[in-house]
Amino acid sequence: MDTLLACAVLAGQLCFGPQLAANDVNRGKELWEARCTGCHSLEANRIGPLHRGVFGRKAGTVPGFSYSTALKNFGQTWTEASLDKWLAAPGQFVPGSRMGFAVGDANDRSDIIAYLKSVSGR
Amino acid sequence: MASSTSKGELIMDTTVNSGRRKLLRVGGTSLLSATAVALLAGCERMASQAQAQTNPAGDVQILNVALGLEHEAISAYSIAAGSGLVSKAVLPVAVTFQGHHKEHRDALIATIRKLGGTPVAAKPDAEVAKALNAASLKNQTDVLRLAQRLERGAANAYLGVIPSFSDKGLAQVSAKLASDETGHWIVLSQALGDALSPKAFYVG
Repeated sequence: MDTLLACAVLAGQLCFGPQLAANDVNRGKELWEARCTGCHSLEANRIGPLHRGVFGRKAGTVPGFSYSTALKNFGQTWTEASLDKWLAAPGQFVPGSRMGFAVGDANDRSDIIAYLKSVSGR
Repeated sequence: MASSTSKGELIMDTTVNSGRRKLLRVGGTSLLSATAVALLAGCERMASQAQAQTNPAGDVQILNVALGLEHEAISAYSIAAGSGLVSKAVLPVAVTFQGHHKEHRDALIATIRKLGGTPVAAKPDAEVAKALNAASLKNQTDVLRLAQRLERGAANAYLGVIPSFSDKGLAQVSAKLASDETGHWIVLSQALGDALSPKAFYVG
């Protein structure tokens, strides 16, 4: 009931349930800065490839970054769905890839992805 | 903050000296878990038993990413020390932290080799400086902020890879590495005057 009431105030939009609540880009930025910047920057390749533009980019194609063979051959473009699977369990989604860092919480993943989308001009 | 001994520097120095005494009692490869210690000590039978239930190739991939992170941290502290922006009071702390990262590096290299992998090489300091935009650092606070950000990122990275290790012993090593990096992050945060998070689970 509370959820329905909360949804009802969203400018008259239809309520599809809490699972479709808008992603929080600001929270995603905080999560990204806390969890991802050990290896990644927006503008420079470091331990991992630069993140600006990652959303919508074909995997394994940042110039100047040395990818694993697995990721170079992956062939997919990074979307909400593929990034979600990647962040949930990178080694399972792309076996042979180097990244072992996983984000276990689905809400955290969706907010991080929303932030990455926002910095990718998408 | 750049030119004189500040309260933050004193807190940092005291905290690090205390931490250093504890670390000296530990030392070197004893930071590693039983499995990793077995590997490093050349106990091949024990190591092979551990490996039989694990995926060494996958673990090596993760350890090599960790090694890249340690290489970068070592370079970052060298860049900071050579920047001329760090005061005499803070410099020994940076050297101590860099020493921890060198111990981490050496332990990771030894473990990777024992598992049959090839350790990744360090990048030149100039390349790291460019990637970290070191040219934008103007004072000691900027340097400490960069170090703080990298240490927090490293702590979270080590925690975030724990579920991916097939060898629980290596997962424990990752937790130990995360603890060291968290210690660095906290000291840097105190030096910068940042308040401790009022909420729990502020790492990870």
